[in-house]
Amino acid sequence: MSIFVITYYSLLLAGSTAAAFFNKRSIFTLLFSLTLVSFVVGIIGGPGGLRAIAICAGILALAAMVSYSFREFLIMLAGPEVAKELRTAPLTAAFGMFVIFTYAITGIFAPWIAPFGEAEVISSAFAPADENMLLGADQLGRDMFSRLVYGTRNSVGLALTATCLAFFLGAGAGLLAAVKGGWFDQLMGRIADVIMSIPSLIFALLMLSIFGPSMPVIICAVAIIYAPRVFRLTRAVAGNVVVMDYIEAAKLRGEGTGYLIRREVLPNSMAPLIAEFGLEFCFVFLLVAGLSFLGLGIQPPTADWGSMVRENATLISFGDITPLIPAAAIALLTVAVNFVVDWMLFRSSGLKEH
Amino acid sequence: MNKKKEVLLEIKNLRIEGYSDEKWVDIIKGVDLTLHRGEVMGLIGESGAGKSTIGAGAMGYARDGTRISEGSSIEFDGMELTTATESEKRALRGARIAYVAQSAAASFNPAHKIIDQHTEAPLQYRLQKRMEAQEDAMDLYERLRLPHPQEIGFRYPHQVSGGQLQRAMTAMAMSCRPDLIIFDEPTTALDVTTQIEVLAAIRDIVDQFNTAALYITHDLAVVAQMADTIKVLLKGEEVEEASTEEMLKNPREDYTKSLWAVRSFESPQRQRPKDGVPLISLQNIDASYSSGPKILDDVSFDVYEGMTVSVVGESGSGKSTAARVITGLLPPSKGEVLFKGTPFTHDYRDRPKDELRQCQMIYQSADTSLNPKVKISEIIGRPAQFYSGLKGADLKARVDELLDLIELEPSQYYNRYPSELSGGQKQRIGIARALAAEPTFIICDEVTSALDQLVAEGILRLLDRLQNELNLAYMFITHDLATVRSISDEVVVMQQGKVVEQGAKDDMFKPPHHPYTDLLLSSVPEMDPNWLTTLLEERGVENLGDAAAAKIAEK
Amino acid sequence: MGDILKLVGQRLGLGLVILLVISIIIFFMVELLPGDIAQAVLGQGATEENLAALRKEMGLDKPAFVRYFGWLGNAIFLDFGNSVVTGEKVSTVIGARFANTLFLACYAAVIAVPVAIVLGILVALLRNSIFDRVANVLTLTSISSPEFFLGYILILYFAVKWGMFPAIASLSEGMSFGELLNRTFLPALTLVLVVVAHMMRMTRAAIINLLASPYIEMARLKGVPPLKVIVRHALPNAWAPIINVVALNLAYLITGVVLVEVVFVYPGIGQALVDAVSKRDFPVVQACCLIFAATFILLNLAADVGAILTNPRLRHPK
Repeated sequence: MSIFVITYYSLLLAGSTAAAFFNKRSIFTLLFSLTLVSFVVGIIGGPGGLRAIAICAGILALAAMVSYSFREFLIMLAGPEVAKELRTAPLTAAFGMFVIFTYAITGIFAPWIAPFGEAEVISSAFAPADENMLLGADQLGRDMFSRLVYGTRNSVGLALTATCLAFFLGAGAGLLAAVKGGWFDQLMGRIADVIMSIPSLIFALLMLSIFGPSMPVIICAVAIIYAPRVFRLTRAVAGNVVVMDYIEAAKLRGEGTGYLIRREVLPNSMAPLIAEFGLEFCFVFLLVAGLSFLGLGIQPPTADWGSMVRENATLISFGDITPLIPAAAIALLTVAVNFVVDWMLFRSSGLKEH
Repeated sequence: MNKKKEVLLEIKNLRIEGYSDEKWVDIIKGVDLTLHRGEVMGLIGESGAGKSTIGAGAMGYARDGTRISEGSSIEFDGMELTTATESEKRALRGARIAYVAQSAAASFNPAHKIIDQHTEAPLQYRLQKRMEAQEDAMDLYERLRLPHPQEIGFRYPHQVSGGQLQRAMTAMAMSCRPDLIIFDEPTTALDVTTQIEVLAAIRDIVDQFNTAALYITHDLAVVAQMADTIKVLLKGEEVEEASTEEMLKNPREDYTKSLWAVRSFESPQRQRPKDGVPLISLQNIDASYSSGPKILDDVSFDVYEGMTVSVVGESGSGKSTAARVITGLLPPSKGEVLFKGTPFTHDYRDRPKDELRQCQMIYQSADTSLNPKVKISEIIGRPAQFYSGLKGADLKARVDELLDLIELEPSQYYNRYPSELSGGQKQRIGIARALAAEPTFIICDEVTSALDQLVAEGILRLLDRLQNELNLAYMFITHDLATVRSISDEVVVMQQGKVVEQGAKDDMFKPPHHPYTDLLLSSVPEMDPNWLTTLLEERGVENLGDAAAAKIAEK
Repeated sequence: MGDILKLVGQRLGLGLVILLVISIIIFFMVELLPGDIAQAVLGQGATEENLAALRKEMGLDKPAFVRYFGWLGNAIFLDFGNSVVTGEKVSTVIGARFANTLFLACYAAVIAVPVAIVLGILVALLRNSIFDRVANVLTLTSISSPEFFLGYILILYFAVKWGMFPAIASLSEGMSFGELLNRTFLPALTLVLVVVAHMMRMTRAAIINLLASPYIEMARLKGVPPLKVIVRHALPNAWAPIINVVALNLAYLITGVVLVEVVFVYPGIGQALVDAVSKRDFPVVQACCLIFAATFILLNLAADVGAILTNPRLRHPK
């Protein structure tokens, strides 16, 4: 029994006892189940396993602190209305906003943050990390860290553009279909059915094999694949709005389709559409990352996270985690967006009940 | 009346909290209630009064997102429910306290036969064997006057009509012969002619088994028939409690008096101008939704300038469809709508602005008829801008004028959003929007049915005043005969897409009637506690309700 | 019963029509190639004679719709023509691989479906508890991670650091079933992680939605014990949403498999597709796409039919 193990268990047990004493049920269940899990992990993995748990808990606590401070920071900056909303945000959502904020800064100021150019060869292949290179070099001797920073701009930028295009097409068609109804609605619905019957990755591969993997092709392909999903949701959301009496009143007044969409339907469908935008971004981002990973995304030498994973994958078999970093970067952003969306969806569904 | 011997349910200082906006707020703020064996108590109040929450609370049950606060006491037959364990409370539910929900269609499980759901509680409590329980169910079905009592239980809920389901649910509540049944608005979703059957059946069975009941409703006339005592609630607090007769005769509190106030307003009967052309004339209209069955069948009636025509009928009678035909939302498959003698374009999309502005609508639910994201100034201003091309200061002046017309202070309401207004104010904004188009004809679709009595009367007075000032013609779509009596000049009665009778108001409320008009008029509950008893004696059970309506339709 | 047969028939018909439309899209999209297939395959440096020979071999001299019907007619009998790269028959190239992919998907599904449904129902019953929140964060994290991220993490720990399972899921003739399960464990686990997360969330949502219905409250107010409320009142109505969730996720498995196959160098149809795309081997690409789309449609169809068959309103018409 090392001192570490003893401190570990005594801290956990003291924590759970205190929680039980002060009648904090959820904290107690959490701490005590962690203790039980620790017994199992400790028996199997020894102190190493416990250390891993401790490190995870430490990282979580750190993330929680960052999220808490960031939320307070935002509340301070925002106006009273927004601040009231922000106070309801759980820590996960605050964490999500913090991550998104960091990524945005990194993407926008990439050339100033990155120490080297994204295609600049500065050392030998797979050179280990030194004081010059934070994360070492990739398979051609380029700085991993710089490529990671530039990757934010390229990967996220591409996914964002594609999502915007998909939204423009899908939401536009959805609003029109909801307001116009009739044959246009039917036709659009059928087209969406057909496109959605082809698995997204497969459809993307088909289009890329024909038109070649270039930026515009990827953006268009992804937009075509995801527009029907946006269409379906917009159609459903707007469908609930167009049955309202105030829409009927506007129609009977003789208002044109443009006015109906702009002034009557859109303002009342905004909240779910914004949440959907986040959700679609996640799907698009993962699809684009998948394509890059297959070597069919953004072409070299442009830095891109998906292809960085593929190019450096051989390092995994030597137990080196470097290729996992860009993959983790993808996962982190998607998780962050999902956290925020989860909160927004909860808010909009929770508000409906009142 | 030797009912009041033993206390069955005693609620003291009941507080129930609901979770909203991240904090717990009181929904029920300390209500006391005493119910004796065999007594029926009516809980009455508007939506949001908390009557349904009290009903569930009487079973020791708090719905999701609510909790019963400490210090409340619910004592059922000597047992304290607030401190009882979950399984102790469960043993009461179904066996000794039963519940009848508002929507029977949603409250029966679609996956099981009615009788299997009926026998679930008796089998659970081992009171009866399956066969006995089924026999008993059929017996109860017969007592509740369900058609084919031997077979109806073996159907699935969706195969049975709403009024029958509601009675089947009452039978289910009776299955263990409970001491107390909680009726949570059991007839609210039903038509008046159907409602009367269900009311009669419920009253009989509660009487036969001497069951105590809490009868929750917002309809005063209904509660007057059903309850021995009435308790009036407002926003989670008790207003007053008294025996039904006492309460009807001498209500103490102002709020109760306002509820009881019979509609005092009645506009004088106007006469059709001699040899004038009707403003709106429906001529032999047939209409249906996309090749479905005919919703309107050879409908004709006229509306003259400056007069009010009420169109009366139950759900499915086609009264709203007639309005949709006039506005052009549903082009008729046969017939014409004439406006001052010239035909209206069938489809609203093809109508020129001047035709569109002539005919405006006011809707039932003020919540869905005003765009929540737009300010009052724009809601009212848009038609003025759209039809008359007003801009800037002219537009502002016109909106102010309209707000004055509907008796709202312009400077206060100009920049507000609909969510900041009360129900009656929203309805006034709806009226102003219709007036902004400077129409000659306004369709009022159940405009007062979502409002409280007093507010509704204010709206009717306003509409009448506007009619006199602006020489407007109204078409009132309603199922509420009190409204018909107070505002209309002429009445059109519809049943299953056909006009069964029409004429001047004064003639319509005097016999002789068409049999359907008669059925409809007689089915509307009245405030008199003996109304149902008298009616049943006069007519007999078989001449009321769905069966009678169907018989009339066949002829 | 007549209504059900009619509805099922309609769904089947609709599925066939959609499949037909998709076959048209897949075939004619290739026609949109700048130049033509022969040009694309042989590249810019090809001589006129070679081009002409290849065109003749592929029947490019005939009009497009004639070739479409020929292609579709053969495709019904699983004959997708010859690969333009190797010259082998496409069906022999992808036949065995398709079986491997199906095996992997089934392997993952057998583990994932029961686990996810049980956990989903459990989390729905414990909703708003600390376990629900933790599960929410974990499942969100899992669905947010790209498959290759999860795959490489598993390789790093289970294969490289702890050496419990092989990193590369290569198959060989005559290996035992246990050996097969062992070698394909990591790719299957990767799929399981993603699919379980998706399914848990959907099952949870479906069950919570169901528990809010008035007839569940009615059952509770009738004094029915909690377990019986779930088994007798909730479950019979939960089949349709659960079937839907399962089918949707199986469909997801079929496509999610592409990335996982590449990570673990597993000889499945997904890898064949990726290879064919980079080599521009169009007959193979078309065949793979058609197979994937057909599987996808079939699963969705199964979900629709399942929902119809378990709907009490349709099973007992008026």
